Parts: sequence; structure tokens; C-alpha cells
Amino acid sequence: MRITHKIPRRIVTNQSCKRVAAFVFMLMCCAGAFAFETRGDGSAPIAPTARIVVAQNTSTPPQESATSTLVAVSATPARPLFNSEKTALLLWIVFIGAAVTVSVWLAKSGRPIRIRRIAALEAVDNAVGRATEMGRSILFVPGIQDMDNIQTVAGLTMLGRVAKTAAEYDATIEVPTCRSLVMEAARDTVRASYLSAGRADGFSADRITYITDDQFGYVAHVVGSMVREKPATCFYMGCFFAESLIFAETGNAIGAIQIAGTAESSQLPFFVAACDYTLIGEEFFAASAYLSGEPAQLGTLRGQDVGKFAVVVLIALGVLASTILVMAPSAAAVGWFLDVLQKVLGG
Amino acid sequence: MKRIIPMWIAIIGGFAMMLSSFVPLAESAGEMFADVFNVVAAIAFVLGAGSLAKQHLEKLSRRDAGWGYSIITLGSFLITLFIGLGKIGIHPNEQFPQAAYSGSNEMEGSAFGWIYEYMITPLTSTMFALLAFFVASAAFRAFRAKNTEAILLLVTAFIVLLGRTFAGVVLTGWFPDWASGLRLENLSIYVMQVFNTAGNRAIMIGIALGVAATGLRILFGIDRSWLGGGDA
Repeated sequence: MRITHKIPRRIVTNQSCKRVAAFVFMLMCCAGAFAFETRGDGSAPIAPTARIVVAQNTSTPPQESATSTLVAVSATPARPLFNSEKTALLLWIVFIGAAVTVSVWLAKSGRPIRIRRIAALEAVDNAVGRATEMGRSILFVPGIQDMDNIQTVAGLTMLGRVAKTAAEYDATIEVPTCRSLVMEAARDTVRASYLSAGRADGFSADRITYITDDQFGYVAHVVGSMVREKPATCFYMGCFFAESLIFAETGNAIGAIQIAGTAESSQLPFFVAACDYTLIGEEFFAASAYLSGEPAQLGTLRGQDVGKFAVVVLIALGVLASTILVMAPSAAAVGWFLDVLQKVLGG
Repeated sequence: MKRIIPMWIAIIGGFAMMLSSFVPLAESAGEMFADVFNVVAAIAFVLGAGSLAKQHLEKLSRRDAGWGYSIITLGSFLITLFIGLGKIGIHPNEQFPQAAYSGSNEMEGSAFGWIYEYMITPLTSTMFALLAFFVASAAFRAFRAKNTEAILLLVTAFIVLLGRTFAGVVLTGWFPDWASGLRLENLSIYVMQVFNTAGNRAIMIGIALGVAATGLRILFGIDRSWLGGGDA
């Protein structure tokens, strides 16, 4: 089943012009970096400004001067303008950036965007509604990492959406945090969500608390509070490690409906086994855009899919070329193509 | 303004970090933003400690259920803070013998180290040990043969589990050489190296693209939900 977001045609605003300008700036940086790289040998990490100094020991007899002459190379290392080892990565970022920018522009110009239905995100409203009906709280765990982790940021964007729904339904949301900076960011996010839902009076900063930086100290608190207060709905959105299964199994034991999302691939099986819904990898990062329904954000998802399509095509070409090379080892062109492919993929 | 300023800080900081990754000359800018983050996190820690203290003091004053544990929490917090800041049991650093507080809290024989080694570590290990029981209960539920997919999962799990123990060798070690690929230890390796790696890489590629798209959404100011809403 697919849902279609029909987006009204809009005039491109000054703000999007700024974004395009920022992207053009990125492209220029990239072009400059390439121009620099093509001028010289990319393998040479230092472009030395060398000054040769010849020092001769005056006490040395003339016949030995040839061997005792000290040739010192005083090099002032000039740092390169661009780290050529990361060319492939930069190319990919520029490509994804271009795909995202074009997709956002298309979405804003009224092109309908089809997005695959994500069951876990469809269930958010029901999960919050269930907590409201049961008169119990909602538990939101934003992972155990700090704000410098993109998963925590993605978790907080999800918190903003969940908190807004909770505010509209007049449900209580509890957010225990493992980092004090995350606590502050979460308070701001939830406060703004309550404000935008027109329920500023329902916000309580005391429900968003800092527990401890220690991983298992935090686990002890959250699991203890789950067993005591029995929240009806549990969200686990962020970066998790060994504690993922402890949370999910405890939530399962108390009968809570559980929705999890993480990009830690080693923890995904635990969430899949113990939670009702799981946002797997990229779905977790798409959650905010999916729930917002805004054309600009949905456009970024399309750009992401363009990148995925490019990766699939490159993988298929690589498999095909490798197979041909095994069957016909003398095919030099195929070998050259594989070398290029390896460089493009950053290998 | 409360949203515009944080958004621009995020945009400038994000671009500076990205630039520092590609342009060696801009590395110092990236380091500076990382330092700024550490300073902000340190300041926020004071707020975190305040939140913790407030939470438990309120619980004490209301005599909520389990208020006794709040006394233990606050007591432990204050004692550890006093020992850590006072550097109890720490000798001055050999390089600066005249400075009484120059020793590190990580020094052997320090009271702080003792708390860590003999109190925090055992408690942490106890919590971690619970994981074994949770793994067992989750596996019991996940491996119920309810449908075709669950049966496939169950069979694969048994192959991998048996193949990684001596039981696998005992059960299928007698297979002749021409059927050695069917021995459980070899099947286990095949499952992990082919099916598991392929699936894992597919997820990793999706995650990498998701991270890039999310980063760009935040850098371009398209996604502002982390600031609590769409309107700046």
C-alpha cells in the first residue's frame, strides 16, 4: 500500500534561494578541490617548499669533502588544500546533496511524492492514544549518547512529533535522559511541541530528567521506573548498545506497546524480537520527514532514494564486471572499469 | 529568535565540521567547535546535577513511595562529589610536588578509584549480567515456529548455534569430504559470511544514506523539528 502526498504548487522563496546558494558553494568547493588535485600527484601528502642548505665542515680535509658534505633539506610543509583520500566521500556527499536539493525543489513545485508506508510510524498516533485511554504515561528514551551523535538528534526530532501528539491527546510523557545536554535539548523540544499544540500549560520540565551518564546506572533507573509506573507506551529512539534488550524485554513484560528505532545494526535484532514496531536503519532517519508531511522534508526522502538507486546500480555493475572478468580475464576494459568503480566507492 | 540562533549555530557548526574533514587547513575550526561542544556539555552537566538533586529532594519532601532510595542516591552523589573534588587519597603529581591537588583521580590508591573499582564496577556488572536472562526470554519468543518466516529463522538460528559449538562437530563431523559443505560448522560460516553479511551491508548502506540525508536536512535548515517545530 502506498500513500501519496499531494503538494500544492508554491513559489520558490528567498529561503530556498539561500539553500541553493549554499549548495552551489559546496559544488564550487568540490570543483576547486578537484582542480587542485588534478594539478599534482594526489598521492603526495605534502607539497614541500624546499630550500637546500649545503654545510661544509671547514676542518675536513679537501679530499674528504665530498663525503662529509651535509646536505640538509629544510622543508616547510605546506598543508594541502584538500584531503585527496576523501575525494570519493566528498563526491558522494555532493551527489546526495544534489539529489536532495533537486527533489526538494520538485516537491515544492507541486510534484506528488510517493512514500512507502512505514507501519511503525503509522502506529505512533495509536500508541499515544492507547496511553491516553489507559490513563498511563508514555516513556520516551532518546538513547544513551550525547547531542553530537546524529541518532540522538534524530531521536529528538521524533520526540518533538510524539510530544506534540501527546499534548493534543493530553497524555503524559516522561523522558529520562543519559546526558545533561540531551535533557536540555529535550526540554526545549517538548516545550515547543506543547506550545505549537496550544497546550503550553500542560508542559512540565520535571518530566524530562537527567539520570546519570553511566550506562547501566541509567538502565537501572529506567527499568525500575518502568516496572513501578508501568507506562502504556514506550518509545526507544536513538543510539543504544547492550541496554536495548533490557529495555525492550522489560517493556514487553509490563505489557507496553513498544516502538523502537536505531541505526545500531547490532541492536536491531533485539528490538525486532521484543518490540511491536521497529524503525530499521534508514526508516529511523526518515521518521521526522514522514511524520511532518512537509514537501521539503519529503523531498529529502526522495533524494535519499535516488542515492540508494545509484548504489544498487553500481553494485549490479560491479557484480557484472567481476563475473565477466572471471570468465574473460584478458578483458582489460572491464578491469579498468572495476578500478574506476573501486575508486568511486572509496575502496 | 530562540529558534533562528540555534539553527544558525547548528548550520555553521555542521558546515565547519564537514569542511574540517576535507580541508586540512580547516581542521582547527572543527577542533574549536568540538571544544565548544565540550564546554557547553560541561555547563549542562551542572544543570543535570541540579535536575537530579531537585527530583530526589521533591520525592523526599513528598514522602513518595521509595523515598528512602532518594536518600541513598543523594548521599552517594554528595559523597562521590566531595571525594572527587577533594581528591581524597591522591598524592601530588611527581612533576608538580608542591601542588597538593595536582594528582589525577585515576591514580592508583585514590578513594575515587576505590569507589569506581569496588562499587560502580560490581553494580554495572550485575546489571549487565541480567542481559543473559533477557536474551533467553527474547530468543524463546522469537523462535516460536508460528509461520514460514519464523521457521526459517528458527532453523537458521539452530544451524548457527550448533555450528559454533562442539555439538555441531560431533553431530556432522562424520560427513564425507565431498559433503563437507553440509557440516554444521561450515554451514554456520556460510550463513554468517553470505546471508548475514549481505543483509547487514544493505542495512548499513541505508543507514549511511539516511545519516547523510538527515545531516543535509539539518544543515540546510529544512528539518527544524529538533527545535520543536517547523516555523523559525
